[in-house]
Amino acid sequence: MNPLLEVRDLKTQFATRNGPLKAVDGVSFSLEEGEIIGLVGESGSGKSVTGFSLLGLIDPPGRITGGSVKLMGRELVGLPPSDLRKIRGREISMVFQDPSATLNPVLTIGMQMRLALEAHERIGEAAARERSAAVLNRVGIPDAARRLDAHPHQFSGGMRQRVAIAIALLNRPRLIICDEPTTALDVSIQAQILTEMRSLAEEMRTAMIWISHDLATVSSIASRLLVMYAGRIIEEGPVAAVLRQPRHPYTAGLLASLPARAEPGTDLVQIPGSTPSLFDLPPGCAFQPRCSYRTPECSVTPDLVAAGTGRSHRCHHPLGEIPA
Amino acid sequence: MLGFMIQRLLQALVVMLVISALVFIGVYAVGNPIDVLISPDATQQIREEAIRAYGLDQPLWKQYLDFLARLIRGDFGRSFIYNMPVLDLIASRVPATLELTLVAVLGATFLGVPLGMYAGYRPDSVLAKIIMTVSIFGFSVPTFWIGLVLIFTFAVQLGWLPAGNRGETAMLFGVEWSLLTANGWLHLLLPALNLSLFKFAMMVRLARAGTRETMLSDTVRFARAAGESEFTILRRHVLRLISIPIVTVFGLEFGSTMAFAVVTETIFSWPGVGKLIIDSISSLDRPVMVAYLMLVAFFFIVINLLVDLSYAALDPRLRTRRAT
Repeated sequence: MNPLLEVRDLKTQFATRNGPLKAVDGVSFSLEEGEIIGLVGESGSGKSVTGFSLLGLIDPPGRITGGSVKLMGRELVGLPPSDLRKIRGREISMVFQDPSATLNPVLTIGMQMRLALEAHERIGEAAARERSAAVLNRVGIPDAARRLDAHPHQFSGGMRQRVAIAIALLNRPRLIICDEPTTALDVSIQAQILTEMRSLAEEMRTAMIWISHDLATVSSIASRLLVMYAGRIIEEGPVAAVLRQPRHPYTAGLLASLPARAEPGTDLVQIPGSTPSLFDLPPGCAFQPRCSYRTPECSVTPDLVAAGTGRSHRCHHPLGEIPA
Repeated sequence: MLGFMIQRLLQALVVMLVISALVFIGVYAVGNPIDVLISPDATQQIREEAIRAYGLDQPLWKQYLDFLARLIRGDFGRSFIYNMPVLDLIASRVPATLELTLVAVLGATFLGVPLGMYAGYRPDSVLAKIIMTVSIFGFSVPTFWIGLVLIFTFAVQLGWLPAGNRGETAMLFGVEWSLLTANGWLHLLLPALNLSLFKFAMMVRLARAGTRETMLSDTVRFARAAGESEFTILRRHVLRLISIPIVTVFGLEFGSTMAFAVVTETIFSWPGVGKLIIDSISSLDRPVMVAYLMLVAFFFIVINLLVDLSYAALDPRLRTRRAT
């Protein structure tokens, strides 16, 4: 059986004055129906651009320069804009970080939901309200039918994000790309939304790509982790295995810097150095200037090597025991 | 809301009082109307009688207080020149200016906003560059010059349109409108075009700047991710989001054109209020000047109030803030 989504060697570049900027440089992964994967990396690692590329929502001067994105066997890269538009919202939808910026402040949420419905079907006002209210109820908004006439500013931050999630769910997409949807929320509300999203995904058999810089959040919702660094995937594997035994020194560094792992009273562990500029990457492994395991060999780009059940890494000196 | 209206009403009263004093003093400083009204070879006795008849023998403060006392009874005085009540005189001229202003401002808005939005949506297209070039022209070339060129081209050279004066009119609601006859429209076309060019340029610039900014916002990205078409996004999201500055400029332009279409009305011999005020200034017809300027101030107060009310209608966030 075909996977739901299959991404092969995806490349997205931005034309700049200093030459092309390779924001996404050969990313490959696949996703089964109903599966939740976490896409983790620092800002600038290319995780959000990967998400936008899947939807064909890269604004000029950026564009997808190579690779393939197949949804249920159908190639999306190179589709005409009108076909891509029909896929957005209906097959793949997206939730963003800050709901106060994504929702239109001057339209009622009922109107915004109706526009999202009308994008894919002819639907009367009464039917649109009914469907919208049902989805709002489902994401945990009380008194939904009446709240349709409210404007975004009349909701709390958490409720606003639920509205955005409801809009993303409205046309029952098979895949939702979540770009840090809980980062702007209070910690207690983060946990609620994570739990609800997971049960919604299960219930509706919706797959999710959960993009975040926060390993802790991602590991509580995803079953598989992809770690990105400088536009490439450097480690992939089941969440539990990666957390227990990271193979790439960068993943290990990310884990060590989690506050929950720190000894009380000691400083947090940091990864030395800072994220490299994409214009000025070192030859070979992009992480080598910050890596304590560096050898001359690292100037040759390592391949993504599969080793163990569902795991792979892109490193010449992987940590831990590697099954042959 | 009631509190807001009462507050605005009190503000308006204070503004009107201050304006009346300023106008009265200003008009007094312009010159002595007696020099214009009475032929230089009149006898001293006739001259003094005239001065007394017009109340010009009184000190300035006494004249002002008399004026205020009459004003409270709704009496703006009589024109020195036309010897008829000032209000009737102005009212007879208002329809001509009103129809000219309506055509000019509405035309500029309904053409300028969509074209400006297009120029902001596709800033690099050829059409966008043409639109922007025309708008620079509209901004920088003086009205009187364009008016003369229009007359020269369309009236003198081509002979397609009349060079001036109001055309045939028809009666509606007890007022003469040239909008109701074909001949009236022919006469209206050139002066309205002349007046609207600057406003058109302004609307284009406003709509373009707002659209460019809004197109980059997360609101637009989110609407795209939901699969909404570009046309829906422009019409339903962007237009609503950029409407506040447009409504503001619409109001101000409407007011200032009603009050000061002086240049265009003079060039095209259009019998509106702008022409009336110019004539009354050159003949030192004080009651007309004073009443006119006060009516203009009143008119602007009303327009500002309407603009403020429409803000609340356009942006729900302002509504709540005012209610609390």
